[in-house]
Amino acid sequence: MVQERTLPQFQAPPAQISPEQGLVLYEDMILGRFFEDKCAEMYYRGKMFGFVHLYNGQEAVSSGVIKSLRSDDYVCSTYRDHVHALSAGVPAKNVMAELFGKETGCSKGRGGSMHLFSSEHNLLGGFAFIGEGIPVALGAAFQSRYRRDALGDTSADQVTACFFGDGTSNNGQFFECLNMAALWKLPILFVVENNKWAIGMAHERATSQPEIYKKASVFGMPGIEVDGMDVMAVRAVAQEAIARARAGEGPTLIECLTYRFRGHSLADPDELRSKAEKEAWLARDPIKRFEAYLVEHNLAEEGTLKEVRDRIQTTIDDALTFAEDSPEPSPDDLYKYIFAED
Amino acid sequence: MAETLLFNALREAIDEEMGRDDTVFVLGEDVGVYGGSYKVTKDLYNKYGELRVLDTPIAENSFTGMAVGAAMTGLRPIIEGMNMGFLLLAFNQIANNAGMLRYTSGGNYKIPMVIRGPGGVGRQLGAEHSQRLEAYFQAVPGLKIVACSTPYNAKGLLKAAIRDDNPVLFFEHVLLYNLKEDLPNHEYVVPLDKAEIVRSGKDVTILTYSRMRHHVTQAVKGLEKKGIDPEVIDLISLKPLDFDTIGQSIKKTHRVIIVEECMKTGGIGAEIIASINDRYFDELDAPVVRLSSQDIPTPYNGKLETLTIVQPKQIEAAVENMVALKV
Repeated sequence: MVQERTLPQFQAPPAQISPEQGLVLYEDMILGRFFEDKCAEMYYRGKMFGFVHLYNGQEAVSSGVIKSLRSDDYVCSTYRDHVHALSAGVPAKNVMAELFGKETGCSKGRGGSMHLFSSEHNLLGGFAFIGEGIPVALGAAFQSRYRRDALGDTSADQVTACFFGDGTSNNGQFFECLNMAALWKLPILFVVENNKWAIGMAHERATSQPEIYKKASVFGMPGIEVDGMDVMAVRAVAQEAIARARAGEGPTLIECLTYRFRGHSLADPDELRSKAEKEAWLARDPIKRFEAYLVEHNLAEEGTLKEVRDRIQTTIDDALTFAEDSPEPSPDDLYKYIFAED
Repeated sequence: MAETLLFNALREAIDEEMGRDDTVFVLGEDVGVYGGSYKVTKDLYNKYGELRVLDTPIAENSFTGMAVGAAMTGLRPIIEGMNMGFLLLAFNQIANNAGMLRYTSGGNYKIPMVIRGPGGVGRQLGAEHSQRLEAYFQAVPGLKIVACSTPYNAKGLLKAAIRDDNPVLFFEHVLLYNLKEDLPNHEYVVPLDKAEIVRSGKDVTILTYSRMRHHVTQAVKGLEKKGIDPEVIDLISLKPLDFDTIGQSIKKTHRVIIVEECMKTGGIGAEIIASINDRYFDELDAPVVRLSSQDIPTPYNGKLETLTIVQPKQIEAAVENMVALKV
């Protein structure tokens, strides 16, 4: 068995977060987890189709990064995009409706699980192919710099957070975009969610240098390794990178060491990952860990956390009802949205 | 009126649109300090600065995707493909993101961008630099594909493409950059979706585009001497095709010859023939004939290269045969 990387230690002083901020993070993580569990149920009950990639286990990354952004910042995701969309503020009912292929979905039922978009929430996608979202995110970041420096709009200090996995870090678009982002000092965070596996390809079998954060150094960019199962650690790293980006000091590569608790997609039999490895990572469940942190530091009581869970369960139930009750797109609109005038 | 070279007509279009709209910017390889390989962006770097005339690293797929992201967030990028063949490396971004993203996003985003540059068979540039990607890209939904052919239409079409809210692939031809024409002093825009009737006639409809328009024009001189009166249509828009103009001509001549520079298999002409069969089969007095490039990588050798693309004499012969109904 491959030797596990030692997770970097992070001691978060409780003063770093208020009880209110703590609950925002907790609620977002619970929303992500409960939403994905409902998706699995609906998929296995034959209500949801296509390739569905769930985010269970990685919640600390989405919540830690996206909840540190402003609402006018940009988020760019991958095919494992449900929870990034939720963290970015896309209502659960519109994400669920999209997965049901309904007209009320955030992509009007035309996109599906891997193509979630919301211009209202500056969610750039939802990209189904490996790496193809990174250049798009780079473009959004370039746009912020263009408005600020070419058009003189001093309010244009938006930051773009671009998420992708360990497998993508071997793709050319990753290196090409790191180069351009550093070259032009673009306000972007490259957030690698290293969950160790690209379907059946173990990260160590795919890359000559498994420590992805180290690849930043050749571009003269900060590269940071963080425990991706610890939302406080992710948040601290993200906040620093966001501040740097917003100040015009350029990009950061953040490698979050994390793990997916389910297979690559719901179609993946997940036979290659060892029981021992799965158990070791399940023991690091980011939600249980953050619950313990909140209670231990008197930031929340168990009763409050249960209220959050109950409320989110209602949100998920409502989202499901909304999705089931929503209309399908009209056949008359088959050609709509091909061109801008449609 | 001022006599203008085609590359300068394109340059004027970009300059005017950048002056008109400060969200318009140019990016690509050597577009800035160097002024573009064919000088289409000459001096614009000095006028507009390094962000609006952005020299990119040689990373076609990534800078194309970057333009998609910039377009989604409100800018209007113009990509210069130093050679359009290089954009094979950007096929994924052009097809998946420029072409399809508006649809898959359910209309969340529009992507106003232009991808322009030289295509076509030049003078012994070898196979990779002699490609005609319009045929490869025509199946991608969401793209508009335009080919210019004269200084006048180059300028007016490029201005229209920049103002269009959709991704436009804008094909120039490497051998047409030095064409000269008197251009109006006043501003003008040429619509993207209209074919141009180059010559009205009654005997046969010749559909062509880009450099082959000029081969057709040469052939027509010979045909006129023989008393043949062809109608010549420059398609301009390769996608969507202007079937109003094409259809009206077919109803007049009942005979069609397509002259194209792309290869025969899966070419622009193949699509036109299929569409004519769908729409105007009953109007035809003869099967549609297409004259295309050979289905081979363009050879370096000059004689073989000449044999690869359609020559004016072949066009002349094909039209004579068709008018005599010897097809």
